Amino acid sequence: MGIHVAPANVWIDPARPVETALVTHGHADHARGGHARTVATPETLAIMQLRYGVEAQNEVRAAPVGYGETLELAGGVRATFIPAGHVLGSAQILLEHAGERVIVTGDYKRRADPTCPPFEVTPCDVFITEATFGLPVFRHPPIAGEMAKLLAARENDQGRCVLVGAYALGKAQRVIAELRAAGYRETIWLHGAMERMCRLYEDHGIDLGDLKAVAGVPKAALANSIVVCPPSALNDRWSRRLPDPITAMASGWMRVRQRARQRNVELPLIISDHADWDELTQTIAQVNPAETWITHGREEALLRWCELTQRKARALALVGYEDEDD
Amino acid sequence: MERFAALLDALVLTPSRNAKLELLADYLRETPDPDRGWALAALTDGLDFPAVKASLIRSLMAERIDPVLWTLSRDYVGDTAETASLLWPESAGDRMPAPSVAEVIDMLHATTRSTAPTILTDLMDRLDVKGRYALLKLATGAMRIGISARLAKVAFAQAFGVSVEDVEEYWHGQVPPYLPLFDWAANGAAPPRTDLLPLFRPFMLAHPLEAESLNLAEFAAEWKWDGIRVQIVHVAGETRVYSRSGDDISGAFPEVTAALDRPCVLDGELLVRGAHQGGETGGAASFNALQQRLGRKTVSKAMLSDYPAFVRLYDLLIEDGEDLREWAWEQRRARLETLVPKLDQNRFDISQVIEAKDFDELAEIRARARDEAIEGVMLKRRDSPYVTGRRTGLWYKWKRDPLLIDCVLMYAQRGSGKRSSFYSDYTFGCWNGDPDAGAELLPVGKAYFGFTDEELKFLDRHVRQHTVAKFGPVRETDKSLVFEVAFDSVHASKRHKSGVAMRFPRISRIRTDKPAHEADRLDTLKGLIAD
Repeated sequence: MGIHVAPANVWIDPARPVETALVTHGHADHARGGHARTVATPETLAIMQLRYGVEAQNEVRAAPVGYGETLELAGGVRATFIPAGHVLGSAQILLEHAGERVIVTGDYKRRADPTCPPFEVTPCDVFITEATFGLPVFRHPPIAGEMAKLLAARENDQGRCVLVGAYALGKAQRVIAELRAAGYRETIWLHGAMERMCRLYEDHGIDLGDLKAVAGVPKAALANSIVVCPPSALNDRWSRRLPDPITAMASGWMRVRQRARQRNVELPLIISDHADWDELTQTIAQVNPAETWITHGREEALLRWCELTQRKARALALVGYEDEDD
Repeated sequence: MERFAALLDALVLTPSRNAKLELLADYLRETPDPDRGWALAALTDGLDFPAVKASLIRSLMAERIDPVLWTLSRDYVGDTAETASLLWPESAGDRMPAPSVAEVIDMLHATTRSTAPTILTDLMDRLDVKGRYALLKLATGAMRIGISARLAKVAFAQAFGVSVEDVEEYWHGQVPPYLPLFDWAANGAAPPRTDLLPLFRPFMLAHPLEAESLNLAEFAAEWKWDGIRVQIVHVAGETRVYSRSGDDISGAFPEVTAALDRPCVLDGELLVRGAHQGGETGGAASFNALQQRLGRKTVSKAMLSDYPAFVRLYDLLIEDGEDLREWAWEQRRARLETLVPKLDQNRFDISQVIEAKDFDELAEIRARARDEAIEGVMLKRRDSPYVTGRRTGLWYKWKRDPLLIDCVLMYAQRGSGKRSSFYSDYTFGCWNGDPDAGAELLPVGKAYFGFTDEELKFLDRHVRQHTVAKFGPVRETDKSLVFEVAFDSVHASKRHKSGVAMRFPRISRIRTDKPAHEADRLDTLKGLIAD
């Protein structure tokens, strides 16, 4: 259940309520409500507030820490939040204690993302990295090509719409922002569960263009459009209100055909907010820590790579962070 | 190759049959010869390159990636060709232009065991990730993407606006890349000659009987035997046995194949010798016995002597080069009756016509047939020509009434195609004892038809409201709903925990009126086993 920083008695991304929680980013598997004190970037705190509602907010004593800011914790531990490039507000946490530097990456990626600042390589002694896509088969292609696939599908199938399943926090907004960057100016339609998070992104200065909710809109008005929904809604009854949707999903898992097939995805879009194999190995090489600890995902292969490149590494058996929908 | 690779990908990811047909038809229309013919052969398992096997892919990969990383990747992806396509190092700088399908085929045809590694490497280097996947699938001949030969033929017919029957008829003698076939369909050339080859002719099929009664002066009755429908063709010294789908199953039934030496095309039921159907005089074992022989590429001697196969003949399509399909059934039957005594008596007999003075008497005879384990009765118009497919008013199947049992809904799974998002596949069970004394439900079967659209909506809602656990796409229900399940027969099965396997189970009625503990017990079902 998260990482315990013993000298300061704080937890990073704890799964249960604790006294003080340092939260790397707002995804539900990392950010839970109910802590007495929550330390995170202002963006992450805003996301948590949105997700856990006003009641929870009263319990939470929120302590915002900006990127680059350092927080003095008990026991002489210093914590610095550094951009992780995963989603809005996501941070790596640098812990310094007795001359030693430990980085907990949370989730991260190395690709450019118009919705959050890029990952910063920071030297440290112990690098605690995620490994969601820690297999050499995972290589995310450039996003421009995936956007072109999405736009072509919309163009080629007149009368249908393209329904894009995307994680409601981060992926959805990134896909929308990338569509805008690719020159797509039409209204993008949203599943109800997406709306508030998109507004929150806009409040943080990210331009997502014209967005409207699908609810109550007649089928015909949605022909030739792009609709964004959470992955769980793709094959749900909800999607029956759409005009013969082409089912797309924006996820790193889409690199493997059977994974796309299992989810009945017709148009797989390989778009991930996690580092792929090349990014993971490149990052470890750049940070070049004395030790690498590998947390959640397919740690076996990354451990093997460390062994092959003569790096000291171990796997931390952290459960509960599996990211099926990325 | 890019177009073929894109087609493969689209076919893998398209669940609907119609959409698959459209994709294939577009490809066949828009792709030039000979690429389209080769692609068609690849999709329908018509290609084999003995020098390229999965072991070759593994050895090429062993030179390129650490074995532990390979194994971890292969285990995750679950497909050797796909794993290799993903892990193959992208060539630095510009790739050589991608080869066409025909180029790939030519190069693969020319490979030997010693040149295969170099040739495959060269091809892999010229392709992107999707192209590499298509190449490896094509080269190892293991497509497995759910394109049946039938689907490919329907797509071919659709692409060029010709009839599927003609495609079926002309297809069989052709070899890849099927140039005469495309020339005929796309360019209006004369169709390929079929009379000198042991080709499959599409079957004539029957409708279920819905009328209350038929005039037996117009219709003849025969038993409906419970085996598999086959066509046996002998031309120019060659014999082939075809299944209903047109698949060549000669290899699985060598004794039948070897037994025919007269030029003719016969229609009949493939059976195994026994005393299950129709008793000693019926001479046929149960379908279960025949199943031991199905799906085998080669047959052991023990199989041949334990489960000897024979064909019970229904019809004669062609004899000595004379096409009888336009003839009336009665005339064909007379020819068949003259022919049968000249055939190998161990392997061929004739399906007897049931003598009944009127329909009522026939109904009585049919009612007794369950004891004799016969599937039902066929009714054939005495003047019917042999026409492909199901033509109304000519042939009817009058199956005996199904068996019924009350089962409890246990699990439901989402359907596909137009039923996607509906829980439409149901697993149901019977009690393994007295439910009031702590007995449990054991799954006995699975059904996904037999209900109306309205009932489907009701069932979907029931499943959603009564879910107690979820396993991926499957939901476990609270086991409160009773189905009346109809089925044709039930057999002992070691493969199922319940020890039974049902044939053709379908939902007959939803019994909201019946409490779950009153559903039937497993013993009741086992009592109906007719092996």
